[in-house]
Amino acid sequence: MEPDDPTYSDITESMPDSLRDQGRIGIGVHLSLDRLVFDGETVLSDLDLELEPGKITCLLGPSGVGKSSILKVLAGFIPLPGNSRITASDGESLLGRLSYMDQKDLLLPWASVLDNLLIGGRLRGETPDNARANMLIRQVGLENWRDNRPDTLSGGMRQRVALARTLMEGSPILLMDEPFSALDAITRFRLQDLAARLLSGKTVLLITHDPMEALRLGDVIYVLSGHPARLSEAIRPEKDIPRDPSDSAFTQHYSAIMARLAGEAEDAS
Amino acid sequence: MKMLRAVVTMAGILLIWGIITALLGLPKFMLPSPLIVGQALLNHAGLIAENALTTAIEITLGLVLGILFGMISALLISAYRPVKQWVFPLLIASQAIPVFAIAPLLVLWLGFGMAPKIVMSLLIIYFPVTVGFLDGLNRTEPAWLNLAGLLQQSGNSGRFRKLINLYRYIKIPFALPSLASGIRVAAAIAPIGAVVGEWVGASSGLGYLMLHANARVQTDLMFASLLVLTAMTLLLYYLIDALLLRALPWLSTQENKPTQ
Repeated sequence: MEPDDPTYSDITESMPDSLRDQGRIGIGVHLSLDRLVFDGETVLSDLDLELEPGKITCLLGPSGVGKSSILKVLAGFIPLPGNSRITASDGESLLGRLSYMDQKDLLLPWASVLDNLLIGGRLRGETPDNARANMLIRQVGLENWRDNRPDTLSGGMRQRVALARTLMEGSPILLMDEPFSALDAITRFRLQDLAARLLSGKTVLLITHDPMEALRLGDVIYVLSGHPARLSEAIRPEKDIPRDPSDSAFTQHYSAIMARLAGEAEDAS
Repeated sequence: MKMLRAVVTMAGILLIWGIITALLGLPKFMLPSPLIVGQALLNHAGLIAENALTTAIEITLGLVLGILFGMISALLISAYRPVKQWVFPLLIASQAIPVFAIAPLLVLWLGFGMAPKIVMSLLIIYFPVTVGFLDGLNRTEPAWLNLAGLLQQSGNSGRFRKLINLYRYIKIPFALPSLASGIRVAAAIAPIGAVVGEWVGASSGLGYLMLHANARVQTDLMFASLLVLTAMTLLLYYLIDALLLRALPWLSTQENKPTQ
């Protein structure tokens, strides 16, 4: 099928993402973590994290505070410690309803953009959904690079492919570990706009160390700090995402968060 | 540039060789001059070509079979833990036996034809291919394995099918550069197996020709055969190197990207 075929493009563009994806909009997730120990050192303890259905929850904190560990526990990359629990709002298992995006693009270096999107289906032994892949490639603006290998793309483009691959599965819950942190400021800004558009209706956990990113994209923001790390009160900026950094409310939140992070840094030193 | 350097080096060696023979005035049966060797090469061109063909076929078959068996072994060892625990020590032990030592046995069992030489090449090639590929298979980036595990969670195909797909789409492609290194080593050492086999007992092949020439003090013919064997090995190596680079085009550009 030709990617530029107008009728085809109209059909997919007018179809809301939520209709194509599994389940109704929004599944909430609750993580109650008793204690997470690495090399005999307690990284996290008594932590309760709520991912609200259909919202972007940002976890903000300095490097090494254990943000990524929380995400890895949710993703199952780190086994769930005893006395800890992960529950979904609909009471069912999270198995197969999660998608994950890493700081590195994790693209297959030998495969084209299209093939990188189809890898999930191939790994599961299903017939690859070409139509959906093409739609997502168009949504991230890479229709002219569909057959390119990752090494011919810029860092921002590669991360857009990674974003499309993450959305490809149509999972209701997305876990994103500093997805844009390896990019330059302008590219990051653009990708945040794109992400805000494409992530609507999903339950997202976004890990970041960038207060700006948290404030642009987060419906709910938690600051994670201290040792062992604790969550702050939820910050809920008004306005819809992606928020405008020149807005006065944005600036206020920004200063407050920076003050908090800076205070932490002083306590630690 | 690379080609030019190789030519210059070759010419330099030939020149030094020529000067040494001229200065020392060694008899032709001790060290023939490059000119005499060149003459022998021309005079016996038909004979050398005939025997070189035998050796080339032995090397090629040994290489193909060695790579095939090596890849299958690496896949089995990587996928099934018991195979690794039981077979891998055996594999190492097999390398402790010098190929030279078992060459007479192989000739005894398989006769004077090509079979024992092919098996010798295979035995020599098998190890670097297996180890290279296995190393690659065991070193898939953990982040990718995590991601693949997550991607496979929602599928309803069986465990075995998922394992096959994981190898097919992730592990094997990621291991190809390591396999390529193993194959490059294999290409460089494959002729050893064939020639050793021919020394022990053969009726044709470059190794046989060299042994025969040596016995009859035709040192110039021996040198000519040796040159042809070297040229064949080099040709094989660069042919395989070029093929591998062509098959893995993403490798050369990817390595230049430090961010990934």
